Amino acid sequence: MFAAATAAIIAAMVLALVRAFAGPSLYDRILAGNSFGTKTVLLIGLMGFLTGRPDFLDIALLYALINFASTIAILRFFSYRRSREEA
Amino acid sequence: MTEFETVFSPIIFLDLALLTMLFLVAIAMLRSRHLFGVVMLSGIYSLLSAAFFVSLDAVDVAFTEAAVGAGISTVLMLSGMLLTARREKPKTPGRAPVALLAVLATGAALFYATIDMPAFGDPNSPANSAVGQDYVDRAAGEIPMPNIVTSILASYRGFDTMGEVMVIFTAGVAVMLLLGVGSMRGGRRVSDIEADDAADNGKAE
Repeated sequence: MFAAATAAIIAAMVLALVRAFAGPSLYDRILAGNSFGTKTVLLIGLMGFLTGRPDFLDIALLYALINFASTIAILRFFSYRRSREEA
Repeated sequence: MTEFETVFSPIIFLDLALLTMLFLVAIAMLRSRHLFGVVMLSGIYSLLSAAFFVSLDAVDVAFTEAAVGAGISTVLMLSGMLLTARREKPKTPGRAPVALLAVLATGAALFYATIDMPAFGDPNSPANSAVGQDYVDRAAGEIPMPNIVTSILASYRGFDTMGEVMVIFTAGVAVMLLLGVGSMRGGRRVSDIEADDAADNGKAE
């Protein structure tokens, strides 16, 4: 069951990658990066269960924090740039 | 010493998928001329390699890779990008064959070198059998830290780690100097209220 879930997560990662490669707008790329980070969190959690070491779940939680903070940083950055360009 | 046989485990498919995605992201980063996309792709690259490090059981390295690669360096590259153009100049083709040849030769040499490497997880490999085992045996009794990696980093080679911290601090100061004090605001010292006016005056190229 965990193997099937891992395969599904990998497929979702590939889909996010496609959006990051093709994404016509900047928001597509930001969203692709953010959702890819979420998929990484899920994948690491699943990897722990897959190898019989659920301790990996703590690491996955830390990744979720990093992903959140970096997305906020990117968006904040981007909003500043936007307000400057519109002026 | 008994010969170590690598057991086949289905995790190899996960590793293969991760490495394939790493390869695709690297190719896409090379081909893209859209710098913002490249920055986002490099964040994805870091997350992927962090996942791969976790799969190799190197969770501390993976955590550093995720924090530095996907977090800090993305922001640093964005600050750098604001000081320059948002698109890379189109490249002039020409000298590519020589570079390709050099890269292929180096890659082939690296592949050749992996033949001599001990198998993954081999308990008889030099890294696992010589000095390392001694530290694994003694660290728990000598240093009151539950984690062996932490006790080696912070105690056995504490001076070395302090030197590393100095190097990282110097690098951080250098980056701040290069990007400028107001780098998070686009490289100019502007207050939030008069940002738009200052940007208009400074933006004329």
